[in-house]
Amino acid sequence: MFLELRDLHVKYGNVEALHGINVHVDEGEIVTILGANGAGKTTTLMSISGLVQPSQGGVYFKGKALHEMPSHAVVREGITQSPEGRRVFGTLTVLENLNLGAFTSNDKARIRKTRDWIFELFPRLLERKDQLAGTLSGGEQQMLAIGRALMGDPKVLLLDEPSLGLAPILVKSIFETVRAINKTGMTVVLVEQNARAALKLATRGYVLEVGRVVMEDSAANLLANTDVQDAYLGGSGH
Amino acid sequence: MEEFFQQLTNGLAVGGIYALIALGYTMVYGVLKLINFAHGDLFTIGAYLGFTLFTAFGLAGWVSGPGGVLLVLVMVMGLVALIGFLLERVAYRPLRSSSRLSAVVSALGASIFFQNAVMLIYGAKFQVYPNDIRPSYVLSIMGIDVPLVRIMMIAASLGLMLALYWFTQRTRIGAAIRATAIDQGAAKLMGIDVNRVISLVFMIGPALGGVAGVMVGLYYGQVDFTMGWVYGLKAFTAAILGGIGNIPGAMVGGLLLGVIEALGAAYISIAWKDAIAFLVLILILIIRPTGLLGERVADKI
Ligand SMILES: Nc1ncnc2c1ncn2[C@@H]1O[C@H](COP(=O)(O)OP(=O)(O)O)[C@@H](O)[C@H]1O
Ligand SMILES: [Mg+2]
Repeated sequence: MFLELRDLHVKYGNVEALHGINVHVDEGEIVTILGANGAGKTTTLMSISGLVQPSQGGVYFKGKALHEMPSHAVVREGITQSPEGRRVFGTLTVLENLNLGAFTSNDKARIRKTRDWIFELFPRLLERKDQLAGTLSGGEQQMLAIGRALMGDPKVLLLDEPSLGLAPILVKSIFETVRAINKTGMTVVLVEQNARAALKLATRGYVLEVGRVVMEDSAANLLANTDVQDAYLGGSGH
Repeated sequence: MEEFFQQLTNGLAVGGIYALIALGYTMVYGVLKLINFAHGDLFTIGAYLGFTLFTAFGLAGWVSGPGGVLLVLVMVMGLVALIGFLLERVAYRPLRSSSRLSAVVSALGASIFFQNAVMLIYGAKFQVYPNDIRPSYVLSIMGIDVPLVRIMMIAASLGLMLALYWFTQRTRIGAAIRATAIDQGAAKLMGIDVNRVISLVFMIGPALGGVAGVMVGLYYGQVDFTMGWVYGLKAFTAAILGGIGNIPGAMVGGLLLGVIEALGAAYISIAWKDAIAFLVLILILIIRPTGLLGERVADKI
């Protein structure tokens, strides 16, 4: 098994946010996790990255128990994240942000190559490489957050709502880029509120409702499912 | 003119000390949003370790010229860095997820502990730095006599500040420190071991504070166990003045406070010297609570 969440429970204080979810991701897939606000999507990604600890169950990557590792070791295993709200380092330059994405690597040649590739994916970042990240537009910050996560040369890229707050045309371009990234063989876990776009991109999907997986299917089946259409695709009959 | 120049260089020398101590407050605040109230005592410990080492080396006949002074400075940096590292492990890390108040109480407790430890080990009386290690030359700059030790202090503190600035701005680890100060969670997502960054900051800050302690010993020739209070408060004021959490801010704030104080003492009244610093603190909190270069702090202490 490539990446697997097994009976994952997460608590914030006394309140349980995830009530034992099972999710698996195969190598090379784009798996999307859908759900309303507060369903537990961000919590799921943060427990993969090791920023929140499960109270029960765990996260396994190629047989290793990620939840027993500190967060920086998870990055070294090859799992990076572009978090919800982008969280770029505002008073650092674009270039410094990108370089921090490669913090765990010492291979200078490899880092340069990845950076060049990111500048191909997002030419805007190259234009603005010496600018402070805080002065970028929302879309540019999103590109930076994704680029920064790619700088770690991950095997699995976790994306938390990359389309949030972006103009439709930009959303389209970001999703196209995610497709291109996946074509290089990188596995992607995509958390989205923009369910239609996410399902068109993904191989498979999970639907979370208040901390439980309520549906799990191929992306095509989920797109065609009337319950999903009603709840997440703005009603049936397109 | 001569008076002004004397006071200016004196202010810069003392301000450099404030700045070195202020850096410790500001860097710790940056990564933990915590005022390390024991920081002034680490400065005191540095001053006393310098005293011990100079005395011991003097007896052994090791201290000769600038090389010996440098050796003592480096050793004090290392030792105080180690104490800072242990302080964080013992007094702060176990309380990381507790309330801000418990960390403050722990900080005050550590401060009292250090102060009493110094008093018990060295006695409550002040200690005199060996006389022969202090360069007694007087430099004549454009007809104005300036003690060499003063010039060396200004050069040393500026040199250390430039080194720190270069380190934080130009190295990978420096970028990791800045990232951790901005957003700890995001820093973790970069694969940064935030605990190690915090440990490092708790070594750099105290190392600089310890050096400042030795410099005070060299400048004034004597140290006492309460010196951490006055210098700590002044340096804290300097950090707020520059904008707490902001590294260049602490440097500017320290130098500025030293100069304001020296000029104020000379041209207003020497009796007001210490009050001037706190007047500056009160004014800055009223007029510009973010400090000259930094973020808002008044509601975070
Ligand atoms: N840091 C936190 N502390 C307490 N509760 C939290 C925290 N983060 C999220 N929650 C709660 O956990 C649940 C899931 O949140 P989240 O994972 O952010 O959902 P989503 O990303 O799907 O919107 C929500 O009820 C939310 O209020
Ligand atoms: Mg979320």
